[in-house]
Amino acid sequence: MLSPAILIPAILNGLLIGAIYALVALGLTLIYGVLHIINFAHGALLSAALFAAFFAFRLLGLDPYLAVFLLAPIFFALGYALQRFIIGPASHGDDRNMLLVTLGIAVIIENALLYAFRADTRTIDVAYAFQTIDIGSTFLAVPRVVGFVGAFAVAIVLWLIMTFTDTGRAIRAVAKEKLGAELAGIDVAHVYALTFGLGTACVAIAACLLLPSYYVNPSVGDAFVLVAFTIVVLGGMGSVPGALIGALLIGVAESLSGLFLGESLGQIGIFLIFIVVLLVRPSGLFGARA
Amino acid sequence: MPNQRNLSRRQFLATTAFGAAATVTGSIAMPSVLHAQGASVKLGVLHPVTGALSYSGQQGRLGAMMAIEEINAAGGIKGLGKIDAVLGDAQSTPDGGTAEVEKMNSAEVACIVGGYASNICLATTQAAARYELPYVVDVGVADGIVTRGLKNTFRFGPGFGVISKTALANLAAINDQAGKPARTVMIVHEDSLFGSGLAKLLNAQLPQQGFEILETIPHPTPTRDFNNVVLKIKAQNPDIVIPANYYNEYVLLARTMQQQQVRPKGIYSVLGGAASSYKFVKEFPDAAKYIMDCNHWFDPRNERAQALKKKVEGKDQFFTYEVYMNYSCVNLIADALQRAGSAERAKLTAALASSTFDGHLMPYGPTKFVNGQNEGAAPVNTQVLDNDIKVVLPTAFANGKPVFPRPV
Repeated sequence: MLSPAILIPAILNGLLIGAIYALVALGLTLIYGVLHIINFAHGALLSAALFAAFFAFRLLGLDPYLAVFLLAPIFFALGYALQRFIIGPASHGDDRNMLLVTLGIAVIIENALLYAFRADTRTIDVAYAFQTIDIGSTFLAVPRVVGFVGAFAVAIVLWLIMTFTDTGRAIRAVAKEKLGAELAGIDVAHVYALTFGLGTACVAIAACLLLPSYYVNPSVGDAFVLVAFTIVVLGGMGSVPGALIGALLIGVAESLSGLFLGESLGQIGIFLIFIVVLLVRPSGLFGARA
Repeated sequence: MPNQRNLSRRQFLATTAFGAAATVTGSIAMPSVLHAQGASVKLGVLHPVTGALSYSGQQGRLGAMMAIEEINAAGGIKGLGKIDAVLGDAQSTPDGGTAEVEKMNSAEVACIVGGYASNICLATTQAAARYELPYVVDVGVADGIVTRGLKNTFRFGPGFGVISKTALANLAAINDQAGKPARTVMIVHEDSLFGSGLAKLLNAQLPQQGFEILETIPHPTPTRDFNNVVLKIKAQNPDIVIPANYYNEYVLLARTMQQQQVRPKGIYSVLGGAASSYKFVKEFPDAAKYIMDCNHWFDPRNERAQALKKKVEGKDQFFTYEVYMNYSCVNLIADALQRAGSAERAKLTAALASSTFDGHLMPYGPTKFVNGQNEGAAPVNTQVLDNDIKVVLPTAFANGKPVFPRPV
């Protein structure tokens, strides 16, 4: 039996890595929940956002945490434009077309990054990257703690937008009944693009919070996208609290199974939890029943 | 009316599984075979230039292409003309590599160089053997690559067996010289053929050298977080940590150890992905300080190696082992082509098998293939000293002295 000196830090680390997963999954669940687009470009957009944060640091000297305020609006605009001018028109309203279009966008983005920046792994060196918060015998990395707080902040802001603003109401109206929303005068194409933009802005925030403790290369987003899809289904498709709680659960499950079964089998914990939850609650933790 | 555009959960799972798999494996990617123009001998240059191993693959391609450019600039192969590079991307998977071998065979290449990772090389050499297509392995260290009796396969660098034997003999020598301060060891290795094979050999040989192995920890590539691994290291407090993994994971592990304030008496890598990397030393000088490695390394006394180092750095790239291993391999093939006087596969295979090529950049001496393995190939021990990488063993090539145990 492992001692608490290992078990407690492992759980805390699981929560911290889970928060990073949450940041990636929040954007994905928003895009799926409203647009019903299974966005395979999500990982590639994360890679692109990490590169953007990297070069904002290298060329402009902008700390990644400050770059959030620059990159989130830029990526919002990018997401808006992608949906409004590419995904929407190219998919002709067919879900399968949307899958292929986003997959195509992913391939284009990854290969463009590879062409422009080669496969070099890049990292940034900031003073706080190696700083830790000492809790007993546990050292929590400062960038991970910031990511944890950031994930909650983003989730709360998203929840507030969705619950209390006219934009949020319009998004929910379109999600529930597109034709009805259109008849009520809501510009559905605009709402779709708005939602895709919000989801993409979440990716930019995730990238800025991830960069101080991680590396950047053209395929780095792939390491997160599969687990983000799992979280979206686990938490309940389209549910903001579901993505947050699901991600934390997945983070802890991965950490503990890595500890007990070995790092190579760490993924088993993720999928065991995934299967159990879907058996008990087929719509996910916070998903609406069909 | 319900929204007809909703996907069911089943549809979602089915489609995401397909798409995510395609995205993650990179099986839907750009066409990857590119051709140079106007040459008469086709050489397949095969590396994992996309996917998890893409950095190493691109470095390998860089080394091979620099050699080809130099050979072509000097007039090409006497009597055969210039070398036409047929580029291939193994996409960091054995399947990707095998598919490229098929394309290269159809393109009628005379020989293939590269592969980089052991699991890719195992698959690609076998695929090439079906066409009796000569294949020079650049790096892949699994001994299985050259013990299957494939007549087409030649490995220029050393394999696991030689590397682990040298690494352990040197570790024991360094420890003895310091008064035997180290007794316990933990091994952290990536879990594919390269790391697992090496860990198996280390597990068998370390106890013979008087070391006790506290734990062997495998991990996948990529690994997103090393905190649990470092927690285990911290709990068992070994004297020496031996990492055997690729660049990204090595850097994450070293950074996490620094973050968690885990400071063993020594970090002694065997084929450590970052330990002998100028990039790692430049970007993380504190994490890299005093790390030792037994790895592929160029001969620091070789003037051509130093000139190539400058040239590579002039291109704003790091002079990593993939570069000079591939550079040397292409020159080895060029020498064999010249001696064979033909791009015919059987003649080239025979010329490679009888090669005594010594115009490479490695501390090996003349090439001598026995059952496809270059018997002269051997690793060296390096250590990060004064923000630079110094060769510390063997003394014949050394430009620094080992510092062990690591100063507190």
